[in-house]
Amino acid sequence: MIRIKCPICGLRNETEFTYGADATVKRPEMGEQEQQPWVDYVFNRDNPRGWHKEYWHHVQGCRQWVVLERNTLTHEIGECKLAREVEQ
Amino acid sequence: MKRLDTGGRIDRSKPLSVTFDGTALPAYHGDTLASAMLAGDTMVVGRSFKYHRPRGVYSAGVEEPGAMVHLRDGNRHEPNARATVVEAFDGLVSSGQNAWPNVRFDVGAVNGLFSPFLSAGFYYKTFIGPFKNTTKFWMMCEAFIRKAAGMGRGTYLEDPDHYEKRNAFCDVLVIGGGVAGLSAALAAGRSGAKVILAEQDFELGGAVLSEPIGGEDEAWVEAVLTELQSMENVRILTRTTAFGAYDGDVYGLVERVSDHLKAPENHQVRQRYWMVHAERSILATGAIERPLVFGGNDKPGVMLANAARTYLNRFAILPGESVVVCTNNDSAYETAAELARAGATVTLAEMRASVPSSLTHEATEAGVSILIGHAVLEARGKSRVASAVVVPIDASGQASGAPKTIPADLIATSGGWSPAVHLWSHLFGKPIYNEDAACFIPRSEENHKMQAAGTAMATTSLSETIEQGFDQGVKAAQATGHAKECGARPDHFMTGAYWQRGIEPIWAVVRTNGKCQGKAFVDFQHDVKISDIDQAHLEGYVSVEHLKRYTTTGMATDQGKLSNVNALARMSELRGMKIPEVGTTTFRPPFTPISMASLVGHEHGKHFRPTRLSPIHHWHVENGAKMTEAGAWMRPWYYAEAGEGLDEAYIREAAHVREHVGMVDVSTLGKIAIQGPDAAEFLNRMYVNGWKTLQVGRLRYGVMLREDGFVMDDGATARLGEHDYFMSTTTANAAKVLAFSEHLLQTAWKDLKVHVTTVTDQWAAIAVAGPKARDLLSNVFKGADLSREALPNNHFTYAKLDGVAVRIHRMSYSGELAYEVYIPSGYARAVWETLHEQGQKYRIKPYGTESMSTLRIEKGHVAGPELEGRTTMKDLGLEAFASSKKPFVGSVLRKRPVLEDPERPTLVGLEIDGATGAKSGSILFPKTGETKGHGDGWVSSTTYSPALGKNIALALLKNGSSRKGETVRVVNFIGNETLTAKVVSHHFFDPKGERQNA
Repeated sequence: MIRIKCPICGLRNETEFTYGADATVKRPEMGEQEQQPWVDYVFNRDNPRGWHKEYWHHVQGCRQWVVLERNTLTHEIGECKLAREVEQ
Repeated sequence: MKRLDTGGRIDRSKPLSVTFDGTALPAYHGDTLASAMLAGDTMVVGRSFKYHRPRGVYSAGVEEPGAMVHLRDGNRHEPNARATVVEAFDGLVSSGQNAWPNVRFDVGAVNGLFSPFLSAGFYYKTFIGPFKNTTKFWMMCEAFIRKAAGMGRGTYLEDPDHYEKRNAFCDVLVIGGGVAGLSAALAAGRSGAKVILAEQDFELGGAVLSEPIGGEDEAWVEAVLTELQSMENVRILTRTTAFGAYDGDVYGLVERVSDHLKAPENHQVRQRYWMVHAERSILATGAIERPLVFGGNDKPGVMLANAARTYLNRFAILPGESVVVCTNNDSAYETAAELARAGATVTLAEMRASVPSSLTHEATEAGVSILIGHAVLEARGKSRVASAVVVPIDASGQASGAPKTIPADLIATSGGWSPAVHLWSHLFGKPIYNEDAACFIPRSEENHKMQAAGTAMATTSLSETIEQGFDQGVKAAQATGHAKECGARPDHFMTGAYWQRGIEPIWAVVRTNGKCQGKAFVDFQHDVKISDIDQAHLEGYVSVEHLKRYTTTGMATDQGKLSNVNALARMSELRGMKIPEVGTTTFRPPFTPISMASLVGHEHGKHFRPTRLSPIHHWHVENGAKMTEAGAWMRPWYYAEAGEGLDEAYIREAAHVREHVGMVDVSTLGKIAIQGPDAAEFLNRMYVNGWKTLQVGRLRYGVMLREDGFVMDDGATARLGEHDYFMSTTTANAAKVLAFSEHLLQTAWKDLKVHVTTVTDQWAAIAVAGPKARDLLSNVFKGADLSREALPNNHFTYAKLDGVAVRIHRMSYSGELAYEVYIPSGYARAVWETLHEQGQKYRIKPYGTESMSTLRIEKGHVAGPELEGRTTMKDLGLEAFASSKKPFVGSVLRKRPVLEDPERPTLVGLEIDGATGAKSGSILFPKTGETKGHGDGWVSSTTYSPALGKNIALALLKNGSSRKGETVRVVNFIGNETLTAKVVSHHFFDPKGERQNA
């Protein structure tokens, strides 16, 4: 069980959130016509050992998407920011 | 065994009625079931897992491997209860398990004769080897073995009790209420920190509870407890096991609130699951004594030395009158001396070659005869110990002289102590080996939020234990920002010899040939003998993890609390390595078995997942609707009239809609308010079709894809205002569409000024469909112009009914002239009832999801069974909706070559031959050839069509569009049924849509 410091709601239980996606992957621009950037966006992921950035959804709270730093090795939780305030 | 007249921590004024296998046990308040058994001289209380050997009470704590019993009866029946931790209560009923007809005479003991065949890995060798291709034979043997080698049986009756969960937050969690834990809690409590102290026993004091009553140590516990109880910031939980330590500083605790009662008192729960969020924790879990390995070391009458002492001092039971104590360390001397003083004849077999007279003095004074350099080679006796075979041994535990037999009814053994490092191991993995104390202890690192104290860290005196506990309490208080003075450490008190000082690591006693005499057990619960470890080694097993799984040592419900180190020690000896080089296995939660019910709490049955009800739900129920589950929702399935079953009802309902008019509750549709200046642009990106041209007052059907190009959802969206849209989604995908929209708007599309909000619960919806729909609604909603000219398809208008403002969308799912009436939820039932009442003259009937499905299949509309995540627009014939003028979610990836493959199954209609319909999921095959494998496609939706008078189905079929007219076989492999069907267009009924445009 981890706790996540939601920038809107404060420190909340993991059970209020759902994991969403890898936050280090940038979505191609809408006008992108090539397939490869979309394939990379949808399917190709790094599997880093250590600190990582993830999208989590505060689905049982303020419904904001947050970018959460999580250590994949120790399951430590780092900084949590609103996704809309993070440069993609 | 006998109960002493004085002493102990039992209340002789409160006798309790406790039975085992129908026999009354002499129990008092303060007893455990095990102590009551011993007081009643009940020696055989269980049968072992594999060989059905008689087993007795081996310990006095959570590590108990033998005294596993059935507890209580009826719907509170519970298997595998450890008698040593079951608090005696008035009316306690228990019985033996894993035995027939009873534990004293057990037919299954015949397994013992076959023991040469039941050694390590016997499953694999016997049934995987020569019989590997004879599955049926294997299965038969498996069933037999499982039955013969087993644990207790559970009950199928529903648990009558309540269980609850709660969260708790504290600065310092102290795990264990012994001397170290009490010291830690005292320090942290004085600092003002919020403290939770959890103790699994029903009394606090830990090891002090096993000391003679009235001592200095008891007074110490009293004083500390009094101070702790006066602190408002300290919560003391007894009967509470901390069973797991988890990421995020979370600890799982189970409090056995009412387990010590016959039944929970009024409104009280049986058990409570605490999820404790603690900034710091102190592991003061003490240590568990290790058994010694020798022949017959599992017989009733062989017991851990400290357990014998606990039964003597805590429960006032003389556990034996002729006692042989065998030890490799100092801790058993007090047991020997106290047993002798209580009247037993005691011989102490000291395994070490020499010990100082300061150690032996007290015992000798008490009348114990001490044999230096001796050990028990074998325990003898049929179903309980009658004598001990004692031999002189060398430094490795090998017999070095002539054995002699000493009559004994109790053999008390001590092989040293294993700190209870389990919870530390949950967080930090493998513990480290301490050579001096010959045990594994936690690695102490400054940055760890859990620190161990006391005998869990292998302290060697009570004063050291108090110091360490108190100091860790101070540190934890400071770390959580509580700087208040913690005061002086409570006074130290001294006792005689303390635990495992001077341990000599001799674990097993063997004959001159290196073997034990008779069956010598390492793991009592799983019947793993030392010879099984030897055999595993011979067969080349080197890793302890493999050893564990091959021999199953440490895999029983006690999780190797007693067996772990002895098995490792043997393995390291065989490999000629030291214990730390061989390593240890990993401990995982739970520390001791916990009930599933405590984890489930209230979350079972309907409480597992909330049921969603439409605001019209109760009308449906009151009017005879058969309800069905649709995701979390309950929906009317069909409204049976007299004598009707499902088939008659849905066929009648569907036909009725096409002939007259019907109404269906579609409140479960997902509804999302999409608002903001960029709402149209947002819709343009989300849906495959274009939205920029949609005018206010109109609505449009749209299809949505996932990022990978597969179809996600469909539905209609209405433009309510300039920047105000109302989207509907399928019932199943409402949450997914909303979360996906929020994700895109908050990450990639931050530039769009759009707000999305769910309004599913705010709006109810009723679809009114059939040739009479317009007449009916015009009559009910007076003043609303619903004419063909004023309100064509895909338009909406507003109306009022008794002051309730509603919105009427004209759109059809059934293919009939149809409207959807959107109503504020609170008024939905009133509007439904008015429509139903005033609709009587138009012969209106409610219809359910089954006939709704029939109507849409007749029209060839896709729904959940077709939008199942593996289908593309092209597969479903929806490609015409996709705009080529703009990008949308999935627009590039939907064109991946593999998704453009013309061979992909595409949507077709099937007319099924014969009177029975096809089953959904049936596989399609060409008219001739083998019916094997995945075939050419599958049936997705199926119904009887009253409009066509035949059974029809929607299906996905390879090259579907070019196979119209072909006959295919429809194979239901589950029902073993093959039908034939004609491939047709999926637009079965009114393909031009004339009826809905009426």
